[in-house]
Amino acid sequence: MNWNTWLPVLVVASSLLPGLIIFFLREGSHRLRTVLNMAGAVLKLALVGQLIWGVFHEQVYESRWTLAPGLDLVLHADTLSVLFVALSTVLWLVTTVYAIGYLENSPHRSRFFGFFSLCVSATVGLALAGNLFTFVIFYELLTLATYPLVAHRGTPEAMRGARIYLTYTLGGGMLLLIGTVWLHVLAGPAVFVEGGTLHRLPEQYHPQLKMIFLLLIAGLGVKAALVPLHGWLPQAMVAPAPVSALLHAVAVVKAGAFGIVRVVYDVYGVNFTDQLGLLGILGVVAAVTIIYGSVRALYQDNLKKRLAWSTVSQVSYIALGTAILGPVGTVGGIVHLVHQGIMKITLFFTAGNYAETLGIHKVSEMNGVGRRMPATTLAFTVAALGMIGIPPVAGFVSKWYLGLGALEAGMAAWVMPVLLASSVLNAAYFLPILHRAWFRDPAPAWPAEHLPAARLETHAALLWPPVVTATLALAAGLLAAAPYSPLEWASLIAQREYGL
Amino acid sequence: MLTAQWLYGLAGCLVTGIGLGNALLGSSLLKRVLAINVMGAGVFMMLIAVAYRGPDLAPDPVPHALVLTGIVVAVSATALALALARRLDREQDDG
Amino acid sequence: MADTLVWLVALPLTGAVATLLLPRQANMIAIGSAVATAVTAGVLVHAVSAQGALHYAIGGWHAGLGIALRADGLSALLLLMTALVMLAATTYAGAYFSSAGQRRQLWPLWLLLWTSLNALLLAGDLFNLYVTLELLGLSAVALACLGGKTAAIRAALRYLLVGLLGSMMFLAGVSLIYAGYGTLDMAMLTAAVGPGPVAWTALALMTAGLLLKAALFPLHFWLPPAHASAPAPVSAVLSALVVKAAFYLVLRLWLEVFAAVITPAAASLLGALGAGAVLWGSWQALQAERLKLLAAYSTVAQLGYLFLFFPLLQALPHGPARDLAAGGLVILALTHGLAKAGLFLAIGVIQQRAGHDTIRELGGTAQQLPATTFAIALAGVALIGLPPSGAFLGKWQLLAGAVTTGQWLWLVITVIGSLLAAAYIFRVLGHAFGHQPYPGRPVTVAREEWPALLLAASAAVLLGLAGLPVWGLMEIRL
Repeated sequence: MNWNTWLPVLVVASSLLPGLIIFFLREGSHRLRTVLNMAGAVLKLALVGQLIWGVFHEQVYESRWTLAPGLDLVLHADTLSVLFVALSTVLWLVTTVYAIGYLENSPHRSRFFGFFSLCVSATVGLALAGNLFTFVIFYELLTLATYPLVAHRGTPEAMRGARIYLTYTLGGGMLLLIGTVWLHVLAGPAVFVEGGTLHRLPEQYHPQLKMIFLLLIAGLGVKAALVPLHGWLPQAMVAPAPVSALLHAVAVVKAGAFGIVRVVYDVYGVNFTDQLGLLGILGVVAAVTIIYGSVRALYQDNLKKRLAWSTVSQVSYIALGTAILGPVGTVGGIVHLVHQGIMKITLFFTAGNYAETLGIHKVSEMNGVGRRMPATTLAFTVAALGMIGIPPVAGFVSKWYLGLGALEAGMAAWVMPVLLASSVLNAAYFLPILHRAWFRDPAPAWPAEHLPAARLETHAALLWPPVVTATLALAAGLLAAAPYSPLEWASLIAQREYGL
Repeated sequence: MLTAQWLYGLAGCLVTGIGLGNALLGSSLLKRVLAINVMGAGVFMMLIAVAYRGPDLAPDPVPHALVLTGIVVAVSATALALALARRLDREQDDG
Repeated sequence: MADTLVWLVALPLTGAVATLLLPRQANMIAIGSAVATAVTAGVLVHAVSAQGALHYAIGGWHAGLGIALRADGLSALLLLMTALVMLAATTYAGAYFSSAGQRRQLWPLWLLLWTSLNALLLAGDLFNLYVTLELLGLSAVALACLGGKTAAIRAALRYLLVGLLGSMMFLAGVSLIYAGYGTLDMAMLTAAVGPGPVAWTALALMTAGLLLKAALFPLHFWLPPAHASAPAPVSAVLSALVVKAAFYLVLRLWLEVFAAVITPAAASLLGALGAGAVLWGSWQALQAERLKLLAAYSTVAQLGYLFLFFPLLQALPHGPARDLAAGGLVILALTHGLAKAGLFLAIGVIQQRAGHDTIRELGGTAQQLPATTFAIALAGVALIGLPPSGAFLGKWQLLAGAVTTGQWLWLVITVIGSLLAAAYIFRVLGHAFGHQPYPGRPVTVAREEWPALLLAASAAVLLGLAGLPVWGLMEIRL
């Protein structure tokens, strides 16, 4: 048992063990809980750092545990898993700080942080999954870990939202399971190999492989909020802001998108998927989702709901990038996994700040908030500009690569209008918010001023996370050409996928 | 004789059938308990028929053992059923 | 090493007699017997995996005339599950039944039930099987009416009559077998039985009798009232073990003794009844107002899954695919046993604290007992079949078998059943979220809450992660 076998397990354990311990802590053990959370997060960061370095230098990290004959639980670190793990770890650290501030004095914190840690463990396990079987296991564990978080407040609305969430995700999980079992019977364990393995199967299996692909994408598409499986996402907004941030930037939605990337690149292989005519279907669904999500976002007054619909739209860029054949499109989709995560989490943090500090839940209540909470609104602005695709924020980089990739793949005719329309729609629902926040006069009184203005505009633990992530979003765009940047890493992934 | 054996066995089947029918369709609890006992008697008859090995050999002891066991079980179970029934009856009278 | 077979029957039997004769030390004797039997079961599993199938002829009389005890991989696994469930339930029962009078009645019957379960799982011939089946039924009925509530007695009486009916049909089948083949030893019969009217009729009679006892749809009508009205530890044992024993017998008969006689149509019939059980049981569980009724209907549904395996096992040729499916069946049965027992024990804790088990009014109690609610959640995960439970692996094999043999209907049924199970489990768990303050400690009464939690955790996590030996043990056949 050497280090290379243990490292993936430790990465998962670094949040699993603190989480399990936290369940048994009393409500009042505030300090111990914080120490456990932060220690786990920092440890995980250190381990992931080593993982990044190792994978870059082509070290092999794999842990294997046999659950049943022919069914192995495999944790394997390749370039794609490292990307998602790194994103999850960094954002978990930030969200933990935010959650500690957000949930101060609210009940059931031990239960919350316990399931919070389980959620991250499931996400990291999913990222490190080495075959489809392991992926499915962690996918379902993620559903189980996130349900209590959505239901946390216990109000009738929360329970209703949680019920809808569960219905969608368990249903999707079943579809994914059927597809995986079918594939397993047909072709053995679907190990994730760059370039895919299914193109080697004889041609008589192709109709079945097409059905399996549709089942897998449908199952994954529920979590990735592809239309028409997106219904749970706006309903899940009843959860506390740290949960929305985690669900929308890191865990659930990204897990679905990540799964789609895995299936297309590492199970089927992108060329084979194109050969079966499935890439086109994926592209159409992605495009429809992008447009539909943005259109629905226009009509939302509730800030979190508007951001939710924006997520529905934005995550499909990843699917779109997957559907564009060629390394450039691939890079665009994969790098957007990181960029969208950082930008969206900033937006949700700031939304949470507005709600917690001033009781603002609606866009119409946001007049002049820029003067009262400048740092928060600045972070919001940076992230919103990134969403629209304005340089130098990271979102621009992803859209640039998607457009370029579409041109190279000869799909520009319909991809470009989609990208353009989406940017316009994004501007249409973000710019008015910015205008309101900065240039309008505030109403005589805020809806519910919970935290009066002091030295800092709001609680420190609520303020620093969005500032940090907004800076990261800016840095990811400005320093996109630097080594180890998300873009460089995405290019590395594409290189290894296409065998360049 | 073989004919007597077959006759006995078939009669056993018939009795079992009668018992089964009444057990399923019986109108009162007591009738059902009795029907199950009748069914048991029918099965025992079948077993005794099976035990016959001809005029020269002694009968096979294994089915006899089965019959004895069956009788013991039937008696114990009937006793338990009647005890429970009486208890229920008493509770219904009180309540 | 073959002595362990005798110890497994002798230990609980001695315990039963001892608790009858020494009522004042009954609690201690019961726990002692429980621990001893559990350890012996563990030793047996180890012995079987090391040495292969074990045989023991009691009194030196060999097969045909004497009582032979046999243990292969399947019986060893079920014996271990029985031991673990009974150990946990014994711990809980000691706390649940507070009055000495109740305990005086409880322990002899309790240990007698365990004796009959062990003896049934070790029986090697049909005669023995009949005897142990009767013993099991009688002690189960007696335990079910402990506590003396009218509803319990009425349900227990119905259980008794149904059980008796089933036993008589079983005995009729046994007599036919003896008439046709002249032996009752199961190993000899496996070699001798061939298709023909005698075998068919015997199989039909014995299966019908056993299906009554196993509560397979549509013969399940007696189970929900009986299991829902019995005291919680008794319900745990009834749902997890007693109906499992009847299922085990169906499995033995269909896969071994009558293997040459089974037709695809017959197997599909069992599968169809299983499908009915899954759908009907899950639907009724969703409608249930009381926790114990929900758990009882859940048992009906879960047993249906086990019967869904029969058409698959029949269609798969002997080989690795069939072994995978058989192992999946067993791990599903094991997980259900542990999970259902854990669920009933947890429900017992809640019922004693709240005074009722009505689901709608559960809120406050569920939040005051976090460990117990967590136990229900873990048991629920295992019942739905989500990872990392052993049931997930079992359902995977069920789905894989359905795909391999092209019998897609069972796959659809399994998926629908799992979603319905998720619906009724989460309906209960939804009550765990509310506005009650978190109590000081997660576990309030250790002796009552830990057994449920440990059972549920074993089902939901341990069996899933450490389940590989099940397949290894299943390869050890008589």
